[in-house]
Amino acid sequence: MNNAAHFPLLSLILFTPLAGAILLLFVNKRSENAIRWIANIFAAAGFLASLPLWFWYDTKSPAWQFVEKLPWIPSIGAQYFLGVDGFSVLLILLTTMMGVIAVLSSWTAITTRVKEYYVFLLVLQTGMIGAFVSLDFLLFFLFWEVMLVPMYFLIGIWGSDRRLYSAIKFFLYTLAGSVVMLLGILAIYFSYHTMTGVWTFDVTEFQRFNLDRNLQWWVFLAFFLGFAIKVPMFPFHTWLPDAHTDAPTAGSVILAAVLLKMGTYGFIRFSLPILPDASREFVPMIAVLSIIGIVYGALVAMAQRDWKRLVAYSSVSHMALVMLGMFALNPAGLKGSIIQQLNHGISTGALFLIVGIVYERRHTRMISEYTGLSSVMPVYAAVFMFMMLSSIGLPGLNGFVGEFLILQGVFVVSKAWAAVAATGIVLGAAYMLWLYQRTMFGTVENPKNEKLPDLNLREVATFVPLMIMALWIGLYPKPFLDFLDTSVGAVVARVSPQYSGQAVTKQADCPENVAVNKFVLAGCETPAAAPAAPPPPGNVQPAPGSTPPPATPLKTTGGQ
Amino acid sequence: MTTVLRLIPLFPFVGFLVNVFLGRRLSKRVSGGIACLAMLASFLVGAISTWTLVQRPSDARVVDDTVFLWIASGDFQIPLTFRLDPLAALMVLVVTGVGFLIHLYSVSYMHEETDGEYARYFSYLNLFASFMLVLVLGANFLVMFVGWEGVGLCSYLLIGFWFKKRSAADAGKKAFVVNRIGDFAFIVGMLLAFREFGTLDFREIAFEAARLSPEVTFGLISLMTLLFFIGATGKSAQIPLYVWLPDAMEGPTPVSALIHAATMVTAGVYMIGRNAALFSLAPITMDVVAVIGTATALMAGTIGLVQNDIKRVLAYSTVSQLGYMFLAMGVGAFAGGIFHLYTHAFFKALLFLGSGAVIHALHGEQDIRNMGGLRRDLPITYWTFVIGALAIAGVPGLSGFFSKDEILYRTFAGGHTLLWTVGAITSLLTATYMFRLVFLTFHGERPESAGSTAHHGGSDHGHGGGHGPAHLHDAPPTMAVPLVLLAIGSVVAGYVGVPHALGGANRIEGFLEPSFHPVAVHAPAEAGVGGGHGETAAHGEESPDADAHGGASVELTLMGVSSLIALTGIGLASVFFLRRRELAQATAARLPAVYRTLLNKYYVDEVYDATVVHPIQRTSERVLWKTVDAGMIDGIVNGAGAFVRGSAALLRLSQTGSVRVYAASIFIGVLLVVGYYLVR
Repeated sequence: MNNAAHFPLLSLILFTPLAGAILLLFVNKRSENAIRWIANIFAAAGFLASLPLWFWYDTKSPAWQFVEKLPWIPSIGAQYFLGVDGFSVLLILLTTMMGVIAVLSSWTAITTRVKEYYVFLLVLQTGMIGAFVSLDFLLFFLFWEVMLVPMYFLIGIWGSDRRLYSAIKFFLYTLAGSVVMLLGILAIYFSYHTMTGVWTFDVTEFQRFNLDRNLQWWVFLAFFLGFAIKVPMFPFHTWLPDAHTDAPTAGSVILAAVLLKMGTYGFIRFSLPILPDASREFVPMIAVLSIIGIVYGALVAMAQRDWKRLVAYSSVSHMALVMLGMFALNPAGLKGSIIQQLNHGISTGALFLIVGIVYERRHTRMISEYTGLSSVMPVYAAVFMFMMLSSIGLPGLNGFVGEFLILQGVFVVSKAWAAVAATGIVLGAAYMLWLYQRTMFGTVENPKNEKLPDLNLREVATFVPLMIMALWIGLYPKPFLDFLDTSVGAVVARVSPQYSGQAVTKQADCPENVAVNKFVLAGCETPAAAPAAPPPPGNVQPAPGSTPPPATPLKTTGGQ
Repeated sequence: MTTVLRLIPLFPFVGFLVNVFLGRRLSKRVSGGIACLAMLASFLVGAISTWTLVQRPSDARVVDDTVFLWIASGDFQIPLTFRLDPLAALMVLVVTGVGFLIHLYSVSYMHEETDGEYARYFSYLNLFASFMLVLVLGANFLVMFVGWEGVGLCSYLLIGFWFKKRSAADAGKKAFVVNRIGDFAFIVGMLLAFREFGTLDFREIAFEAARLSPEVTFGLISLMTLLFFIGATGKSAQIPLYVWLPDAMEGPTPVSALIHAATMVTAGVYMIGRNAALFSLAPITMDVVAVIGTATALMAGTIGLVQNDIKRVLAYSTVSQLGYMFLAMGVGAFAGGIFHLYTHAFFKALLFLGSGAVIHALHGEQDIRNMGGLRRDLPITYWTFVIGALAIAGVPGLSGFFSKDEILYRTFAGGHTLLWTVGAITSLLTATYMFRLVFLTFHGERPESAGSTAHHGGSDHGHGGGHGPAHLHDAPPTMAVPLVLLAIGSVVAGYVGVPHALGGANRIEGFLEPSFHPVAVHAPAEAGVGGGHGETAAHGEESPDADAHGGASVELTLMGVSSLIALTGIGLASVFFLRRRELAQATAARLPAVYRTLLNKYYVDEVYDATVVHPIQRTSERVLWKTVDAGMIDGIVNGAGAFVRGSAALLRLSQTGSVRVYAASIFIGVLLVVGYYLVR
């Protein structure tokens, strides 16, 4: 670990896909298999590069890790400032893993303009990772916008049916949100300058800065629009079914697994810690929208006749649960919310792959076109069954852990909200089982389906990692939860200090950790830099090391 | 000892893995053999564990096996712990023992399936057993819930085993979704329990709950236990969520025997037994449990009286008997309820397997109107089936008599005269419909037309051959052995619980009792925990000595009454369905409305469809999707787009290119601005 102390790991992870994209530009566009190999190798390399994060990240330290800081546009105080906490580590790993799967799944699905396709896919990858590692708000915004362009082309060029309508709808919807979000960022930027005389986009500074309550309110709304569209929350969700339906399979997978997480990431990284007062005030609104989203998404999913559209609406329902858990603003809800973000990436990503498999064979997504597939494609049916169970939250698989933690967190805040949200598990089972029955059970009625080939080795390879992850998180979620202790603790300390004793690791441990971990930025010596550290004036928070007010036992992470 | 427990669910799970990954390449003999061996191994470990448990003093019969810390987040710490205590031990023996016999029976019953399907069947069956054992051995609600949902999944997979058949796939889905409604309540119950007690461990909850004062706990624990009970009504097929069980008969018959008679459907009863201490603190819930149980018993009994599908009659009988068990739980006779669960596992599994043998012999025929006279061709099946029917009817000397009598006596002794009356009536119905089944199936003559309709009927079993009725084969050895063993069990299983009134020791009650009062074991000092135990006593927990005097004569009288009832029921059946069948038809013709209502199961499915299923589907499709989503929200979005385009088109009109127009507009603009400043 010490050997790698000054190694810019995050930059490596960030730019590996981009390097692949650049290399592809110099490859003859007719050597399609070479292009495919290069893209696959770079996606895999990106994943391998991100693996050290899992092993080297110090889950006990509350400080930002693997920090890189260079001046970028000094005149306005923008920096090339990268760093991660446990939350972003998990999302980065999800991104790089899904990247490999998405690239691998495209091998035979994409036959036109192959070179451009992979270039866009790899650039998209860099954009998404960039958003997760940036600790400079302007840099984040840059990556946020960078993602938009390749996705637009992926849908618009390699999509199906109404691809142009869907692509433009996606683009305009998101753009509208991000413009307003930029205004919010600038408001913080100027307000921070007024108060301190410093021009900076440093997110870690903003997270310790107490913005004027009134301004918080407006900025929250601005951020809300940007992030809620991405999530997407009811009623800003209507771009999603169109975009998903018309996107190529890999596009849908990335869209569901990672792009939607941009919204939830934004809320947890920016809205909650930078705008704690406003976040608390908006809890009822978000809770109500989320609860509507859970039920509404599930019911509308039930009415769909298009397989992909059904999965897309199920996404709306699942992401609404993620939002609800997040705005419980307590450790259980937030941890459940983040675990559920991973789960949604895994299971919904897999469900889109599953549709993609038959779409590639039959070029239709209509559920009624498929009956009795499990007789002709038994392995496929088994994989679908597994991922369906993961999606509907069967205990022992990943979905249940996230759902239960979320419900537990929400229950503390409001029993009624939790009870209504829990109806999602009934509806979820209803629409998924019905879909499964309509497509997999019965006898093959359409002669075109009689000779459908079952999964080949490459296709199986795209599912295996997802199935392993689903089992791992379902059976032994502890390592993942450990990753979240300090980052969730930091957010909770900002936004609802009354819970902070429940999630924050003992602060007394801090100094030793800093000593061994060279990645840590400043860490505990300058308590100001640690996100969980000393309370801004006006916030009630127990002093580091003192017993938290509620009689709950201190976190027992890693100890056992 | 402690790490042995995990082996019990592990063996069948390994069997599942082998069959699921290698099954297609294995011969039937191997895949069936592996599945049976896994169950046998599990049974042996269970038996040994139980044996060592019994060696301990009765107040120390608890063994924990913690595998690892499953979910840990803040103070939410859920270990994966298995726990063996007398209650769990009894269940483990039932699940693995009866389960093994049913696995064995399946080896022949399913032999017509292809190798791959055969392996798939046994992999599901093993997976089911594994989850069921997790459910039974789980030491906290969340681990139990893993098993709880897991068995639901396997039930779904096995009901829909013949997924090419629409009705089978429908039935599987219905079972899962209806169960999920119950699970929803169960989850909310768990959330509430964790919020209040800070733990989900059964013993700790019992301990914590007993410490709270009754005023604090009254509403809270009532709500919590009611939520759990709603979960139980789903899994154990009680009103209002019983509707899935009769449809579940679409699955292979051994599955009905294992899952929908002997084991899974009793999970709700077991769950209440597991939390007896908690439920005892909630008299309201106890009353609800007793009333729902009794009502279900009666309702299902009446429906069972007129059904014509041999398996459906048994299914309604199961629903009805489960109602009995809930009645027992509700009146606080926890040991009685579990006792009935245990005896029921034998005779109901026997009856289902017997019906399977009949269906097997008749190549898929399930309609009893097309049966008759089978006792000559199927002697083993006939005699074992009759033993099962006698046991369930409550004829003295067989297992069902002891357990049913225990429940009725406890109900009566607890002062629930009305419930006792309904229970007694149900008992009459039970004897009648069971022997209706016996007489119509095995006695009389088979109708002429039956041979030809056989293949169209049930198609439970895909025999293709054109055997005539003359070549009926009785159960082959691997099917006969389980039938005989279960028949023996149906006779003798009751003798572990011979009541004191008959000079017995009621060993099973003494054995199980510590499981219902875990607090006392944990902390003997807290023996008189006040409200909790007083409540329990009120529900009929008299100590053996206390009721030896006054109780014995009452108990003996009641025994006489229920024996009489059983014999009357059998007599009625013999009149209506053996000697004078025209009387049955005449009665049905005289009460057409009643008959039709019963035949159509009180139209409950239709009512649910009309009030719940269809409105949800219509609202989703027409209102939410077409109107709100596509109409309103997207209308606004597309409207915004159209507005921009429209206003752009409008503005474009001003770009005329004519210099004079531009000059004029500049002039007017200047005038307006200057005018504004002047006027101001």
